Amino acid sequence: MNRSPYISDAPSVSMIMLKVLLALVPGIFAYAWIYGGGILVTIALATLTALAAEAALLKIRQRPIKPHLMDLSAVVTAWLLALALPPLAPWWLIVVGTLFAIVIAKQLYGGLGYNPFNPAMVGYAVLLISFPLIMTKWSAPLILAQTKLSFLDQLYFIFNQVLPNDIKVDAITSATPLDYLKTHLKLNQTLSEISQAPIFGVYGAKGGEVVTGAYLLGGLYLIQQRIIGWHLPTAFLGALSAIALVFYVANPEHFASPLFHLTSGASLLCAFFIITDPVSGPTTPRGKLYFAAGVGVLTYLIRVYGGYPDGVAFAVLIMNMCVPLIDAHTQPRVFGHEK
Amino acid sequence: MNAILNFFKPDFLKQKRGVHPPEHKAESTQLPIAKLAMPQKLVLPLRQHIGNMPKILVSVGEHVLKGQLLATPECTVSAAIHAPTSGTILSIADEIIPHPSGLPDKCITLIPDGKDQWTNLTSLDWRNAPKEALIASLCTSGIVGLGGATFPTHIKLRSSGKLNIQTLVINAAECEPYITCDDMLMREHAEEIVQGIEIAQYLLGAEKSVIGIEDNKSIAQQAMQAALTGKPISIVTVPTLYPSGDARQLIHLVSGIEIPHDKRATEMGVQVFNVATVRALYRHFTFGEPAINRVVTVTGNVAQPQNFEVLFGTPLTALTQAAGGAKPDTTHYIMGGPMMGFDLPTPEVPITKATNCIIAASPHLFAPPPPAMPCIRCARCAEACPIQLQPQELYWFAKSDAFEKARDYKLFDCIECGVCTYVCPSNIPLVQYFRYAKSEVIAADKAKEAADLARERNEFRLARIEREKQERAQKHAERALGTKAEAAKAASAKKDAANEAPTTEAPINSATDEAAKAAKQAAIAAAIERAKAAKAAADATGLAPKNTAPANPAVQQEIAEIDARRKNVGLANTNEAPMTADAEKQAKIAAAIARAKAAKAEAEAAKQAQNLELKE
Repeated sequence: MNRSPYISDAPSVSMIMLKVLLALVPGIFAYAWIYGGGILVTIALATLTALAAEAALLKIRQRPIKPHLMDLSAVVTAWLLALALPPLAPWWLIVVGTLFAIVIAKQLYGGLGYNPFNPAMVGYAVLLISFPLIMTKWSAPLILAQTKLSFLDQLYFIFNQVLPNDIKVDAITSATPLDYLKTHLKLNQTLSEISQAPIFGVYGAKGGEVVTGAYLLGGLYLIQQRIIGWHLPTAFLGALSAIALVFYVANPEHFASPLFHLTSGASLLCAFFIITDPVSGPTTPRGKLYFAAGVGVLTYLIRVYGGYPDGVAFAVLIMNMCVPLIDAHTQPRVFGHEK
Repeated sequence: MNAILNFFKPDFLKQKRGVHPPEHKAESTQLPIAKLAMPQKLVLPLRQHIGNMPKILVSVGEHVLKGQLLATPECTVSAAIHAPTSGTILSIADEIIPHPSGLPDKCITLIPDGKDQWTNLTSLDWRNAPKEALIASLCTSGIVGLGGATFPTHIKLRSSGKLNIQTLVINAAECEPYITCDDMLMREHAEEIVQGIEIAQYLLGAEKSVIGIEDNKSIAQQAMQAALTGKPISIVTVPTLYPSGDARQLIHLVSGIEIPHDKRATEMGVQVFNVATVRALYRHFTFGEPAINRVVTVTGNVAQPQNFEVLFGTPLTALTQAAGGAKPDTTHYIMGGPMMGFDLPTPEVPITKATNCIIAASPHLFAPPPPAMPCIRCARCAEACPIQLQPQELYWFAKSDAFEKARDYKLFDCIECGVCTYVCPSNIPLVQYFRYAKSEVIAADKAKEAADLARERNEFRLARIEREKQERAQKHAERALGTKAEAAKAASAKKDAANEAPTTEAPINSATDEAAKAAKQAAIAAAIERAKAAKAAADATGLAPKNTAPANPAVQQEIAEIDARRKNVGLANTNEAPMTADAEKQAKIAAAIARAKAAKAEAEAAKQAQNLELKE
């Protein structure tokens, strides 16, 4: 019988997913530091929902449950979605989003390896379209909030949407810089005026920059561990910076700088953790460059001209649709063949 | 420091594809090559090479001498079998052979007499003998590619004579883990190998020889370097990266030549030989020795891994005993390396010309792979594939039986090296899928060929029936016309008679009527013929029917000019042109089909040859 090779040297799928989770830890810590411990509740809730949904669907689909829960892919989806949601999102929002991601976007398409769209982004997009008000209202970073909520307060708020007696909702929420920028540009303010607002930090969102930096750290760890390649993050960040630079140079009073776009919203999370989902992304080196550049350009265009403050989710989903085409047209030259 | 730098090196700076599995070569290189004690019996499969089974020259009960020809090659692609020692032929029957199928094949069983008595050997002075004589002597030497592909060596040397070979590449890469037979051979017999290289280079008429050796064999390389002093043969060290020992990969590594997928290496002026093969060449010409033994690595789950010089036909059990015996938890034996080897059906199989390595396997050494998970399209396989294929796409196509698509994605360029499976996080047995897909495509092609042939035959038959029908109809028509003409003749004769005799009678009158009718019909037929001819003529000019009404000379002149211009630009055809053009087109199509068929056949042959060359 010919069943060679007899040896193998590959991290298991579980190990790959575990390293992705590990790479998210600095980001989560930074997030908790800036926005409070509520994120831990959000992540826990999303994780439990994802695992329960995955198990139930695997049972219905008569697939082995244990190996697929152990592959941790559902947990990765849950964490990414949780990090994309606003802090202090109500519990049902988290559950609905996670259920949509796991049940509809992943399992109904055939489970791990068969989903054409990034499950976390499908969950996010569904929530953004269905509940735009909640989804765009971010709690202010603790350093900016007039009133600071304790962890227990946050926990209570997530499940009951009730704040301690003396606190009003407005006191703990604020617009995100991307949102603020968008609304105030419409009010014909210039960028230099807008960036005087307290929510702006050195380059992007005050506090948000720290989280962004932590994502970068995690992303570099993934590259060093060879879990992800350099193509996707480089092309995404490069394209986003390039298009932002063109607009910025043309009119610096109306278009934010490339650095603002890199450090705002979900840019870095997208660069290292979202577009690097192998299942819904392209596989060829050149295809990865095109795909990521497409996401970068679309993200910018949606941010600047679209109806939503951040464009990452829609940009990723649109480019997901193009993956078969990109793969088919970027096949590398095979050894011994002419191009 | 380098390791650290390499660790952080981004993918695009790492040029080479392939993998570097744990080598496990140190175990079997501790002791020198040992000669195995004479076994109780030798089982010699007649097919130890690629090609036709040789013709048996001996009979059961016959006593033979060491080196005596037992079977002589049949047709070109075949190799001889010799007696590895003196003894008596016990049987000529089907025995289990070392093949993945586990099926029996015809073998000669020899019981050694213990005298190990040589037959008369004739050596050849290769520097002075004519090449034809050397090749002729090689034909019955039984020497085949000892790298594992076992392609008869005389063909590689002979057919190359017609081609212009510039470079002889000596494959000393030995890239598979565990295997060390070539390594040890170079350490101990570098002189013989170098002289073998000189023989091969001379026979090929090659301008230069290059030895490709992986950088994990420094002792062997030093030995070779020492043997090469003052000789115009160079050594190229290639990185230890499986599968650099694949012929095409090695050629690319040592010479930079990338052999096109549809060409053989020889067409690009390169021929590849394994170190053990050239050593066999040396021993054949210098001592007249035929191929009766080889060096085999015995390693894995045995007490003392070692290399042995083994007579062909030696039972595997004798070999493992010599290596201190297999450890108790040994489950089975693998022939070849852990990347491309295969499970031996029983431990009773004989060692053949193809056996470079025997690995005793245990669950501890080679853990059974965990159950396969779905492909997550991580493309690690694509990054590692030495051919730059997209295994994740091929897998998808193979799984969904989209074989045509798999072929489009260059399935047949896959060398089945197993690198994709090796790096797969989902433990998908990718190579198995590709082997399956290849066999399905080949089977489908064969079925299609058979169906095409059947259809062609049927079409030909239908055409023949139709033709015969038309011929019959034509004959009938001719016969009918003939009668009519006769009738008309008769009628006119009678008319004349009638004119001469105005008082005609009724019978004659009726005859005249008939004759008139016939004449009328003939006239109509003639008119139709004329019309047809006119039409044909019009068609023949290739022009749309033009106004045939009388025109004034000026207009006619203009028409003539236009015609001339059209003719000049090739729009209009001359009268015979349509036929010629048609025939020409047909001929062109036929030629194109023939060319395509020839190209296909050639490509297939090349593929086959490439497969043969693979391990060589």
